[in-house]
Amino acid sequence: MNVIQYFERHPDEILQATVEHIWLVGIAMLIAVGVGVPLGILVARRPWLSKPILGSANVAETIPSLALFGFLLPVPWLGDRAARLAIAALALYALLPIIRNTAAGIAGVDPAVREAARGMGMTSRQILFKVELPLSLSTVLAGVRVSTVLTIGIATIAAAVGAGGLGEYIFRGLAMVNNSLILAGAIPAALLALGADFLLSVLERSLRPGR
Amino acid sequence: MSDGANHRPSPEATDAVILFRGVHYALPDGQPLLRDINFAVRPGETLVLLGRSGAGKTTALKLINRLVEPTSGEVQVDGRTTLAWDPIALRRHIGYVIQETGLFPHYTVAENVALVPRLERKSAPHVRARVEELLGLVGLDPARYLERYPHELSGGQRQRVGVARALAADPPILLMDEPFGALDPLTRAEVREEFQTLQKRLGKTIVIVTHDTSEALLLGTRIALFEAGEIRGVYSPREFLASGEPVAAAYAGQLQRLEQFGRGT
Repeated sequence: MNVIQYFERHPDEILQATVEHIWLVGIAMLIAVGVGVPLGILVARRPWLSKPILGSANVAETIPSLALFGFLLPVPWLGDRAARLAIAALALYALLPIIRNTAAGIAGVDPAVREAARGMGMTSRQILFKVELPLSLSTVLAGVRVSTVLTIGIATIAAAVGAGGLGEYIFRGLAMVNNSLILAGAIPAALLALGADFLLSVLERSLRPGR
Repeated sequence: MSDGANHRPSPEATDAVILFRGVHYALPDGQPLLRDINFAVRPGETLVLLGRSGAGKTTALKLINRLVEPTSGEVQVDGRTTLAWDPIALRRHIGYVIQETGLFPHYTVAENVALVPRLERKSAPHVRARVEELLGLVGLDPARYLERYPHELSGGQRQRVGVARALAADPPILLMDEPFGALDPLTRAEVREEFQTLQKRLGKTIVIVTHDTSEALLLGTRIALFEAGEIRGVYSPREFLASGEPVAAAYAGQLQRLEQFGRGT
């Protein structure tokens, strides 16, 4: 049975796995953005925090993904449910590019613009929300894009801890030495990654500040 | 903070809008940028801070709106030391124009000019009217320019918007750091002339930083000459040209040579 036949026979099953996959990645990305952007702002604003924050995120990034899922397994609450665990691990991976790009975006704001903002009596908060963040939005989004593509790939490993998603097919295919089955997971995952990359790059371009 | 006890307040100090008393400023690493700066800016006058790059003029300007704070001595605005002012209130009381204009690239001309009035929560119709009035004042047709973005403007137009933005909240004091520095010579002369008209009409107290001698002579009611972090003297334009002070004489001499060249002598 080749992969096309497999798709034809199990469309609902594959669709369900794809939805699961999107769900895992989506929630993980929401958490990663929610945590990463404030951390990136902190890195840009408090240079002395940059080493500990970026360092920790870097370390998280270097842990092999399969091992990270394993490490988180005994953590109370997190380890209780496979999806919870997978989302936490994925969010951790997604963090670094978001933190780094947020910090770089803010640092890249034209100093003349920042000085004018200060000189006109904007508060530090107003400068952040009205000047620095809007001007670094496209850079932040570039980080989100890299993270999303990365996370869609890594999320296939979540199946190893039983969190579902397209990884199920890949693991099953590996176990059964069945290439069609592997492809049944790999092709939708690749398409998801390409689609997310395309959509986010369009959004990113539309947000690039006029120069 | 020392109150500069050994510096007698000069007679002009009583009505000064801006007053520097024994101001020293050093970088955090201890490198001194300004030493014992004393001068007063009187209401409605235009004081030019003239000097070469690195002489400390821009730092002196930033001391006025407290973008930097004196290491010792004090800077007073309206008779009150800047450290006693709420920095936000102080800066909104003072218009600020810089060379690169610092216009917000993600804001339209209208939004840029409306920035401070909006921060002050002025009503929308009031802000709108004010923005149109100001664009007219700096010689830009509101109908054509309101909705443009800074990158769609020429250098001269951006500079005009920068001036309009600084004037938006009608501050009594205006600080300008090399406001015409980035413009080509012809546009520069044009914008400068417009500015002179504006200056007469508005009667603001203005401090301008420049390294251009002719600009200093044209725009300044008085000129404070900066050299290596110190003030060599404060002169009227006439006094400046006649001054025997070596640095002032060097500036004046450079102008004369230019004139001689023009006359072909």
